[in-house]
Amino acid sequence: MTPVLSVRNLFRIFGTACSRCFDGNDEICGNKCPWCGAIVACKNISFDLYPEEVLGIVGESGSGKSTLLKILYFEEEPTSGEMFIHLTKRNACFPGEAFMGSVDAANVLSLNSYQKRLFRNHYMGMVYQNPFLGLRMHISAGGNIAEKLFMAGFRNIAKIRERAIYLLEKTEVPGNRLDESPASFSGGMQQRVQIAKALSNVPMLLFLDEPTTGLDLSVQARVLDLIKSLQKEMRLATIVVSHDLGIIRHLTTRTMVMKDGEIVEAGLTDQVLEDPQHPFTQLLVCSTL
Amino acid sequence: MNLLNVDSISKTFTIHILSGKIIEGFKDVSFTVPRGTALGISGPSGSGKSSVLKCIYGSYLTTRGDIWYESPRFGRLNLTRSPLRTINQIREMEIGYITQFLKVIPRVSALDIVSAPLMEAGAFRKAARSAAGDLLEQLGIPQRLFEAYPATFSGGEQQRVNIARAIIKAPHLLILDEPTACLDADTTSVVLDILLALRKKGTTMIGIFHQPEILARFSDAIYRMKTDSDRGTIQ
Repeated sequence: MTPVLSVRNLFRIFGTACSRCFDGNDEICGNKCPWCGAIVACKNISFDLYPEEVLGIVGESGSGKSTLLKILYFEEEPTSGEMFIHLTKRNACFPGEAFMGSVDAANVLSLNSYQKRLFRNHYMGMVYQNPFLGLRMHISAGGNIAEKLFMAGFRNIAKIRERAIYLLEKTEVPGNRLDESPASFSGGMQQRVQIAKALSNVPMLLFLDEPTTGLDLSVQARVLDLIKSLQKEMRLATIVVSHDLGIIRHLTTRTMVMKDGEIVEAGLTDQVLEDPQHPFTQLLVCSTL
Repeated sequence: MNLLNVDSISKTFTIHILSGKIIEGFKDVSFTVPRGTALGISGPSGSGKSSVLKCIYGSYLTTRGDIWYESPRFGRLNLTRSPLRTINQIREMEIGYITQFLKVIPRVSALDIVSAPLMEAGAFRKAARSAAGDLLEQLGIPQRLFEAYPATFSGGEQQRVNIARAIIKAPHLLILDEPTACLDADTTSVVLDILLALRKKGTTMIGIFHQPEILARFSDAIYRMKTDSDRGTIQ
């Protein structure tokens, strides 16, 4: 089976990089290059994501997990590296299908910014830890979803509205609050609107960046259940970034552990959590309450 | 024909927090499990019985040795060297694993937990739920608990939900790590009957049981682990 997403040798270096930043040798302790002082946020990242798979990325803050996710979502330019996406045909009601046929098997990081935007609008969804990043707070909840659908090529306003109501109901946001702005919603509701927005274009790739950090326990549980059931129902290939091992265990089948910009360990989630190999992972697992 | 061929596997743990101390889980374990039979594993606590099972299931990485498994879908595989994706698919389709502890998904009803494997395999919700209900009933879970969350159940009830979830799809290989640890004698007997019926239908099993009489009833052959690292034996 071909992976939906393949990432090869991805680097993201902040500052002026020297050639030795790329060597990936072990002399570099931490993520600061001792020769030129540049910060290596992502160091030689390679992995595959398969259809319907949920991949977890864990690591402490500053390990580069969010930077990696931002690169995948085209929000950040990598310093070097390649990313391939294999498209599968979707429902014919989704516009813009024809355009995308041509980019299959090309390094999508080398597309121009217009193509990247199209790609993101049609095929990707992102849920941020902070709803302010994913939503326009002073546009109605329905408008937020409509915006994404509009960018994904939907033009029929009645259909857009119908879909927005459907999605909000799926994410347990009362349909009668469609026309209110998320600024007046609680944190948990904002997060659910964000999920509705991220899922509105039926993405092929769903990225979750600490989706429930900062929510209280019962809301966190509901949001997690929601993500899990929608992921199963829509068969989304998903990447979850979190520092909470409970969430990783709950949502993912495979996990990568990042430290100082590098993937130090990868495996089946239960194996990584029960039989961690790398010193950092052992420390991480031992630190769980 | 052997469904499972465990070929001199060993497991060591390197504990980096103890400055790289190496702890031996078990050493040189070899056995074969013919298709449609049940192998029991016995030995004192700490001899590495559970670790052997975890190596087979893939929760532990095997340090040395090979585990050959005859998959109906993928053919003969070395489980210690198969791609993670293949292991995942095998787990979904072919191998069931029951531990002493139910790792419950919170906030999912007993009936949904048990019917989930069937629905993932493509069964309709109604049929899956009714099959799950039948199985739970057979295991003595009262109907009024079907819609409750197993996290709130007693130890024995949780254990039965755990068993039901693992056997509902009649897996090819069933790995049992003390599935009857917290059950009373009657329920244990019911569980054993269900397991034996499954075996008759062709499920191969490998299991740990603490009570000797249950182990004897369950097993076609018994592998004895030794703590002092000599070779275990099949009897």
